[in-house]
Amino acid sequence: MRHEVDVLVIGAGPGGSMSAKFAAENGADVLMIEKRQEVGSPVRCGEGIAELWLNDLGIKPDKRWIANQVDGARLFSPSGHCLTMDAARAGSETGFVVERDIFDRTLASEAVLAGSDLWVRAMAMGAKVEGDTVKEVVVDRLGERITVVPKVVIAADGFESRAASWVGLDSRLKLKDIDSCIQYRMVGIDDDARYNDFYAGSDAPGGYVWVFSKGEGVANVGIGVAASKLKAPADVKMYLDRFIAKHPEFAKGKAVDMVAGAVSTSLPMDQTVKGNFMLVGDSARMVDALTGGGVVNACMAGKIAGRLSAEYVQGSDVLGDYERAWRSELENTMVRNYVAKEKAVNVTDEQFDRIVLALQELEITTITTAEILGAVAKAVPDLVAELDLMF
Amino acid sequence: MMALECDKSKCLYCGACVGSCPVEALTLYSSWIEVDHDTCTECGICVTLCPVGAMTLGGGSE
Repeated sequence: MRHEVDVLVIGAGPGGSMSAKFAAENGADVLMIEKRQEVGSPVRCGEGIAELWLNDLGIKPDKRWIANQVDGARLFSPSGHCLTMDAARAGSETGFVVERDIFDRTLASEAVLAGSDLWVRAMAMGAKVEGDTVKEVVVDRLGERITVVPKVVIAADGFESRAASWVGLDSRLKLKDIDSCIQYRMVGIDDDARYNDFYAGSDAPGGYVWVFSKGEGVANVGIGVAASKLKAPADVKMYLDRFIAKHPEFAKGKAVDMVAGAVSTSLPMDQTVKGNFMLVGDSARMVDALTGGGVVNACMAGKIAGRLSAEYVQGSDVLGDYERAWRSELENTMVRNYVAKEKAVNVTDEQFDRIVLALQELEITTITTAEILGAVAKAVPDLVAELDLMF
Repeated sequence: MMALECDKSKCLYCGACVGSCPVEALTLYSSWIEVDHDTCTECGICVTLCPVGAMTLGGGSE
């Protein structure tokens, strides 16, 4: 069977759904495919999202997917010093802890309501490429082989992407630029639902532990560890279990689910558009290397890719603009945070203690990496020089 | 030869191994991981990286 479409979007995560929505809203005939049978499941995410960015993306906060709104964030050093960043008290925008499966399904529904088709349990198996043009994509939909003939392909197929290689783009990662992650949804714990908490240092080598509260003693307790620091199978889980055992406030609770995944902590790919093919989100390595956050960047890039793909099928040769457009929105922060991450992996526990103690003297009221890195430069100038930190 | 295997009783199908494979020998389907044994170099990166220890190099002697 052959199926002709203007725009084929591979993957129905946030980046794919934003691509499909904006392509459809701008008049394109769109098909989005998702390899899983349920959009958004299983969750592979800590589920913290900044309010600021949602506003920028035009995504209206919706109680169906908001589990908790926090006032701010806390950063704990290895010895237990705590830096509290209270954005709500300063009148700044704060953050949400979301239910990612519902969030993803809401965005996919918006794409469908805008006119896009969605096939679930539909996996892109390979492509026929002539020159730089993807002519056909073979899709397995519940066992049926369908040849999709698209004018544009937007690959938002996640960390495990294989689509880039179809057109000769290299999305492979170095071991030092990967974090392996695991998280439990814990119930019956003692935490402060007003804050999202971060724990730095050797509890999570090259990464961090997060405790993102959903309220009423429920929180996502998760860890990311730099892949280069792992030595034995399931080390990541061992680090998380060890952290929980060390903290009675968490050890008293129980895990009711377990999610895992990996994120890139690299620079974004050098090239993300080729011919009629664009890469969006984790597949283009658009994850923030310092925070591991990827949803917002994927949505931003998807919005641009979707709009340009619709213009392209209406006759304007604009796909090449994608590269410049998403980079002008995102790249400066991504490069700065990549440099910061490269340094942060070598910061010792004693240095983390010093940094947090020094930051306690400053008032941090907007929870952005720019503000925090700026404060670090101000608080410990000698250490910043010693580590050759350049924010 | 040691062949890479994915233990289905442990695997969460998160794709951590797939995106980390330096030779793109792994593919994530809806609920299984496919290993392309012709491409796999048995480097072991996915074995230590898998969050739950589902990947093993076994199935045969050296």
